[in-house]
Amino acid sequence: MSFLVETILSGLMAGVMYSLVALGFVLIFKASGIFNFAQGVMCLFAALTFAGIIEKTSLPWPIAFMLTVGVMVAVAWAVERFVLRHLVNQEPIILFMATIGLAYVLEGIGDIVWGSDVKVLDIGLPSGASDFMLDQFNIYIEKLEVFAALIAAVLVGFLAIFFQKTRIGRALRAVADDHQAALSVGISLQTIWVIVWSVAGFVALVAGTLWGTKSGVQFSLSLIALKALPVLILGGFTSIPGAIVGGLIIGVGEKLAEIYVGPMVGGAIENWFAYMLALAFLLVRPQGLFGERIIERV
Amino acid sequence: MLYREAGQFKTTYQADQGIFPIAQDRYVVWAFLAVAFLVVPFFVNDYWTNAVLLPLLIYGMAALGLNILVGYCGQISLGTGGFMAVGAYASYKLMTSFPEMSMIVVVLLSGGMTAAVGVMFGLPSLRIKGFYLAVATLAAQFFLVWLFNKFGWFYNYSATGQISAPERELFGVVLTGASAQTWVKYLFCLTFLTVFALIAKNLVRGRLGRNWMAIRDMDIAAELIGVRPLMTKLSAFAVSSFYIGMAGSLLFTIYLGAVEVGEVFGINVSFLVLFMVIIGGLGSIVGSFMGAAFLVLLPIFLKNFMVDGLGLMPVMAKHVEILLMGLLIIFFLIVEPHGLARLWQIAKEKLRMWPFPY
Repeated sequence: MSFLVETILSGLMAGVMYSLVALGFVLIFKASGIFNFAQGVMCLFAALTFAGIIEKTSLPWPIAFMLTVGVMVAVAWAVERFVLRHLVNQEPIILFMATIGLAYVLEGIGDIVWGSDVKVLDIGLPSGASDFMLDQFNIYIEKLEVFAALIAAVLVGFLAIFFQKTRIGRALRAVADDHQAALSVGISLQTIWVIVWSVAGFVALVAGTLWGTKSGVQFSLSLIALKALPVLILGGFTSIPGAIVGGLIIGVGEKLAEIYVGPMVGGAIENWFAYMLALAFLLVRPQGLFGERIIERV
Repeated sequence: MLYREAGQFKTTYQADQGIFPIAQDRYVVWAFLAVAFLVVPFFVNDYWTNAVLLPLLIYGMAALGLNILVGYCGQISLGTGGFMAVGAYASYKLMTSFPEMSMIVVVLLSGGMTAAVGVMFGLPSLRIKGFYLAVATLAAQFFLVWLFNKFGWFYNYSATGQISAPERELFGVVLTGASAQTWVKYLFCLTFLTVFALIAKNLVRGRLGRNWMAIRDMDIAAELIGVRPLMTKLSAFAVSSFYIGMAGSLLFTIYLGAVEVGEVFGINVSFLVLFMVIIGGLGSIVGSFMGAAFLVLLPIFLKNFMVDGLGLMPVMAKHVEILLMGLLIIFFLIVEPHGLARLWQIAKEKLRMWPFPY
């Protein structure tokens, strides 16, 4: 029994980590309709920059963190200025391909500036097994994962307040609703895009830091984008709660499948199981769990 | 002056419906084919064939297939690598199980099997649209690669998990395996590509192609005027996967000879082929080849330029190459979102006005 609970708990925690990456996708898709494939590489890039700054300058990590946020804002500005501005009104697939190009660029820059060897990112986040859970319930849980869940909760709360209560948040929602209407009441699309890409960059930095602490900062970090995609379609491209719930479902489903289904078919199914799960969900609800209902008119 | 249809009269409906209505176009195409078939085989060396020509032909075939699905039918697919793997493993199993089978039949049957798999993974497209479908096709990519890695039957339980093409002859000439000569490989791929490019061109001009385009432009409206979405979408998946499967089969049997599925048919290939389609031009047959040529030649050029020209370290050059690839892709998308095919079209239109444009 405790094994099952342990599996489900660790699945939930892993799911939170996926959700963090998926969150960045959702933010950008909501505000600009762009399916930003570069989100995974943005995590890598942010984590690389963060680790690189700490390594090179030996600044205390809060300052390095702020510097990295600055870098991500600069990236957001550059993306808007040099890419998105020129691709307004293009078809979604063109924008999608542009973000793949962007992923290459960020990967290239990250490698050139910081080198491609594995970096250790240690900023004193708690790690190891939680003694409390181990003693009380005989359940093994990583402290880092609990911490990640807390961070995710704080981040989502922060984003919710930001979106619901602030002026910029209202503007963001207006842009998400209708570009032209938003323009006509005087909201600057370009500013909004810079802001939303910056927020996505910040989320990427948080996700990248957590993932980087867990498994080292290296190229494979950019592949977590591929883990986040099923979360995204399961939850719906446009829904922040969807990203969280989707992440939890995928995390638990993946862990359970690995243990109970995996041995039957020879194991190593985690690469595709999430996609199949998401696909099965989509056949019932084509817009994902929390996605906006797709209404089509001729 | 040189290139215009003025004075070219057509007296039959057949002539009127020709693929190239302007005579100059026909001459150029015939001349191009003549050079490709009759001149190039005598002059190519191993380096050129292996580094440039074969990948160009094979990826051209894959891009053509994907263009049918994405460019003509509007269904985004990221499962190309997986489907190419199906083609490769199908030909491996066919070649080892039926040693007598002709290579032409092997490639065609591999395409057919891939088409069947493609239809299966195309079924969700009836309910899922747009990016949801794109991500859903990633399921095919990961599942198929996992499948071929996991089950020994697919690679005949070889110790390395690799598959390698046995030696086969066609018309008395060695075609596959280590001792095959490059001009044979080149001609084999070229013939396949030419025949199937012609078939594709006629498919997209005909009823089926128009149905695809109707679905692409607006599927609900198409359904209302009597285009059956089920048949149309699935046929696009079938035809597209057939081409992609053949490309995978050729890539394995003719070009590489030995394949490790995760490396050769990974997700990067899916993106690469999609890039070829987009940079070449969505919904254009010739664009598929231009895109393939561009993305096959670009890395070679960049690599030679940086390693030999600038003297960068190979590792550094690799990073710079990735960076430049990304920049060039973004640049191209900004400058001409409709791809090289549109540039080609514009050039032709300008040429028709030349030297007296109004």
